[in-house]
Amino acid sequence: MTIKTIFSGFGGQGVLSMGFTLANAAMLEGKYVTYLPSYGVEVRGGTANCTVVVSDEEIASPVASEPEFVVAMNQPSFARFQSVLTSGGLICVNSSIVNTTSARGDIEVLAVPTSDLAEKMGTIKVANMIMLGAFLKASNIVAFDFMLNNLQEILGEGKAKMIKLNRQALEAGYTFVKE
Amino acid sequence: MSGNAALGEAAILAGCTCYFGYPITPQNELTEYMAKRVPETGGVFIQSESEIAAINMVLGASVAGARAMTSSSSPGMSLKQEGISYLAADELPAVVVDMVRGGPGMGNISPAQSDYFQATRGGGHGDYKTIVLAPGSVQELTEVVPLAFDLADEYRNPVIILGDGMLGQMMEPVSFENIKPPKKYQKDYILTGAKDRPSRMVRSLLFDTKEEEEHNWKLFRKYQRMERNEVRYETFLLDDAEMVVVAYGTGARIAKGAIKRLRQENLKVGMIRPITLWPFPAKIMKETAQNGAEFFVFEMSAGQMVEDVRLALEGKGHIHFYGRPGGVIPTPIELFRAISRHYYQSRRGKK
Amino acid sequence: MKQVYSRPRSLKPAHFHYCPGCGHGIIGRLIAEVIDEMDLREKAICVAPAGCGMLVYNYFDIDALESAHGRGAAVATGIKRVRPENLVFSYQGDGDLAAIGTAEGFHAANRGEPITIIFVNNGVYGMTGGQMAPTTLSEQVTTTTPSGRNTKVAGHPVRICEVFAVLDGTTYLERVAVNKPAAIVKAKKAIVKAFRTQLTGKGFSLVEILSPCPTNWKMSPIESCRWIDDVMAKQFPLGVVKDVT
Ligand SMILES: Cc1ncc(C[n+]2csc(CCOP(=O)(O)OP(=O)(O)O)c2C)c(N)n1
Repeated sequence: MTIKTIFSGFGGQGVLSMGFTLANAAMLEGKYVTYLPSYGVEVRGGTANCTVVVSDEEIASPVASEPEFVVAMNQPSFARFQSVLTSGGLICVNSSIVNTTSARGDIEVLAVPTSDLAEKMGTIKVANMIMLGAFLKASNIVAFDFMLNNLQEILGEGKAKMIKLNRQALEAGYTFVKE
Repeated sequence: MSGNAALGEAAILAGCTCYFGYPITPQNELTEYMAKRVPETGGVFIQSESEIAAINMVLGASVAGARAMTSSSSPGMSLKQEGISYLAADELPAVVVDMVRGGPGMGNISPAQSDYFQATRGGGHGDYKTIVLAPGSVQELTEVVPLAFDLADEYRNPVIILGDGMLGQMMEPVSFENIKPPKKYQKDYILTGAKDRPSRMVRSLLFDTKEEEEHNWKLFRKYQRMERNEVRYETFLLDDAEMVVVAYGTGARIAKGAIKRLRQENLKVGMIRPITLWPFPAKIMKETAQNGAEFFVFEMSAGQMVEDVRLALEGKGHIHFYGRPGGVIPTPIELFRAISRHYYQSRRGKK
Repeated sequence: MKQVYSRPRSLKPAHFHYCPGCGHGIIGRLIAEVIDEMDLREKAICVAPAGCGMLVYNYFDIDALESAHGRGAAVATGIKRVRPENLVFSYQGDGDLAAIGTAEGFHAANRGEPITIIFVNNGVYGMTGGQMAPTTLSEQVTTTTPSGRNTKVAGHPVRICEVFAVLDGTTYLERVAVNKPAAIVKAKKAIVKAFRTQLTGKGFSLVEILSPCPTNWKMSPIESCRWIDDVMAKQFPLGVVKDVT
């Protein structure tokens, strides 16, 4: 099975790092993975997005024209990417700052008040990890236990200090969806 | 790891000690990777003032005996052509990377395959050729990059690695374990100072037309040796294929995805993926055509490699073409539809 | 009999191809003498240009490479970075360095590459038949300025030493001439100093040499030598332009 996800939002919302974390986790789980960041003009223009493809077999194209999942952290991303979502797909939205009404009847919308949850934890910086936790619960692309147990390796050296906070954020998102 | 970074690391492991480059998207990550990594290994990194300067620094480093590399993307490659011609004429090894983007002119920064002609026809002035390698995945870079350096030294000729923005930007798992320490090459042509030996000169100016002709024939024989010995390609489900897709690099990747779907619908489609674009794998194509297969050439351009397929088939076999120029990346589904349309058309035609 | 004059070891027993009265032959010989006297023959690597100086590698008995037109400083950079222990110098004309290769020369200078550029300023494109060079004087007649260089449309004569002098990367810049014995002695000293600057790791050096081109100036060799003093040196003053060795 091949699952394609687009992560999108403002530059600085940790969108690329969300995708990168998922890609790393899937890679450690032994899956085929590609990670394709948007680049050039787009990165500088204030919006950012990246595509992660996870599969049991060789991946033909790292570009997702009809992704199964979209994560939208801001309004422009929601508008742009909900339209490309495949029929029956799921879009996870940062409902703290996005109006989540969609004209499409054939997709599922998961509203997560990511920014609010993050502020409750004391730092807006973990909003992306909260969203990732919620996303993992909804998508099950990588087993949540696997993610937590290997967090150190998945996040890499740079973020190792923040491991505890990141774990809490992931769990906050995960349990939010459970409820 | 991104393709750009993997390429850089593979180059270092292959013994590249000198890198010169000028920023251009979508290959900046490679320049940036080298800026950090080359000095760590005691090598030379210079962000040059232009692509012209970069290729000439490569030439200098090469004539001084080092394994040297430069990289760029389409507009920058146009500027490097003069230097590549000199490298070929002087018979100096070098590795030049082109992460192709949409063109002509400034074009855009999306992945494209529209520099095929420039790369495979020499690209600069004069009667010369360069080996052109087209990797299809980040992992394959770990084979292609050391190979590029070895072929450059083996033949004393520049080697081009033709990727595209997608290969450069995309991240995939990669392992470098297969890269062996670089071979030692006897370099009796390099400039080190005329100590305990006669002085040497490296030049390409040959006023005497007879001498220049001889030099050209010598180069030509070298290119013939490359054509005999260095053709590389990969086949995929070729044995029973009634339609053979020919695609390279990113294009081949997308095609492979399409072929898998086509096979699920019992369409007998296979693929030949040239890894060397020059020398071109003409023989396998001709042989495949003799078995009655038709050809479907797919490129992210308006059609360049298709001319080589035509030449390879020498009039045998029918060739279908599908191209997307301008930096457009078609999806496997789009290609699936295009191939199956042609497949059914040709079947009907046969009846 | 005492031998007072002979061919330097660093010159091959070949005839110069230069026109009568041309400065290139004198400059080539000076460089060879300096290389001999400083015992650098086994260390020297020359980067030859496109231009009349192109064939210096046929005369110098040292390792040499011919670069593309204007790219000498970039090629020399590549060589010197790989072989810092060698003496690396490029030999370039005024079209080569001051027009098509300005970027390469300027940035090698700005990086303070420890190389030496021998810059032959003859005010014209000699090899291609006497067209205007960036160094061509105002009102000077060339094949592409048939009624004299009009600075309003063709720009002004470029003073490379002065331009490079403002770059923090440069160490030693001097303008000399080879139009008379005293000047030639000075020119040789400048070359010695430039090579020494490089070998002692002090950085970038350039010697600009005003050099006669009787053929393209349409003058006799003697007139050409006088013209350098009377006219050319007014635009290109001789002497040390920068020395922070
Ligand atoms: C790219 C390129 N353009 C043009 C030429 C032709 N060309 C050869 S030498 C030369 C000018 C040389 O003039 P200069 O540098 O002043 O040297 P001189 O011959 O006067 O010593 C030109 C234009 C070339 N070889 N390469």
